[in-house]
Amino acid sequence: MTAASEIKPDEIKTRIIEIEILRYNPETDDEPAFQTYQVPCREDWVVLDAVNYIKDELDRTLSYRWSCHMAVCGSCGMMVNGEPTLSCHSFLRDHPDKLRIEPLANFPIERDLVVVMDDFIDKLKSVKPYIVPREKRSVDDGTHKQMPAELARFKQYTLCINCTLCYAACPQYMLNESFVGPAALALAHRYNLDTRDVGASAREDVVASNPGVWECSFVGACSDVCPHDVDPASAIQQAKIAGVLDYFKSFLMPKGEAKK
Amino acid sequence: MSRKPFIRPVQTTSWWLNQGRYIRYMIREATCILIGAYSAVLIVGLIRLGEGKIAYEAYLAAVQSPMGMMFHIVALAFALYHTTSWFNVTPKAMPLTFADKRVPGGLIIGAHYAGWIVISGIALFLVGA
Repeated sequence: MTAASEIKPDEIKTRIIEIEILRYNPETDDEPAFQTYQVPCREDWVVLDAVNYIKDELDRTLSYRWSCHMAVCGSCGMMVNGEPTLSCHSFLRDHPDKLRIEPLANFPIERDLVVVMDDFIDKLKSVKPYIVPREKRSVDDGTHKQMPAELARFKQYTLCINCTLCYAACPQYMLNESFVGPAALALAHRYNLDTRDVGASAREDVVASNPGVWECSFVGACSDVCPHDVDPASAIQQAKIAGVLDYFKSFLMPKGEAKK
Repeated sequence: MSRKPFIRPVQTTSWWLNQGRYIRYMIREATCILIGAYSAVLIVGLIRLGEGKIAYEAYLAAVQSPMGMMFHIVALAFALYHTTSWFNVTPKAMPLTFADKRVPGGLIIGAHYAGWIVISGIALFLVGA
């Protein structure tokens, strides 16, 4: 067994990577511009390690968001060579020797790699991403019961970390800002599928509308870039089918049997 | 400190050229034009058939001309791309569970291809091939 302390850092291979970062200082700049850094990268580094190296050793004015370094917090999303990427979740050894890093696409730039996320937060709130219970319950009523099969229906949609890579990948969101978007619609679907939840009709106005699921034309880019395989595209297509069925059921059962 | 967020310009017409997945999406969407055109040619054939033998033979000759053949080859290629690209995303839109387990996506896609082959076989049988 080899103790970690026996491996000296310089024994791990390093290579020089040229990293271009889109910089923007709202106090002095009219528009963003690229700045290039030469970064000696270790073989086991992820993109975020290289950005941290720049901040620590080369240029402490660089601004970006990050926290957990383990693909849980969802803060460190960036465009890496044009692809929405969770920078802590992407090894440098899988990239060429030249990297171009930009703030997440489709969001306004606050400063450097920091984007303004207000629009996403508002949309997330609009779908009521929490359990709307059938009746008010107290702690004394005990826990909600749910079968494993009922949990399995929506489990994958609970894995969203709100990193907004899907919004940066989505051309519909790029072209039409009013689109509710992949992550918020996937979470709406997650709660609609939950047996403990009766909020589907309260979410309907936002979800089953034109800026809701019907703005999606199933490009599928959101699911390609999702770091946790939430597959928002699948949630949106299923919500479209559910919306159509509800619409026709409302003719067959006008007294509201179709809705929960 | 005052805020001055910068909004990057959107390439409203050329955005889809930036990524392979956007190009594949645009091709998938564009295939409907050829499928629509093929349907129109087929409907014209039915009208000609209703008009009598001479009209229908003229239609057949037009379809079998080099231009007509070329059109059908291109339409077939687009129809195949259209069909396969949509078949391959069916597990996303129609997830199935069986005995509390998710049916694997490959099985759902495979069932579509199997159905396609069976229906094509029936169609070929009906036209007496």
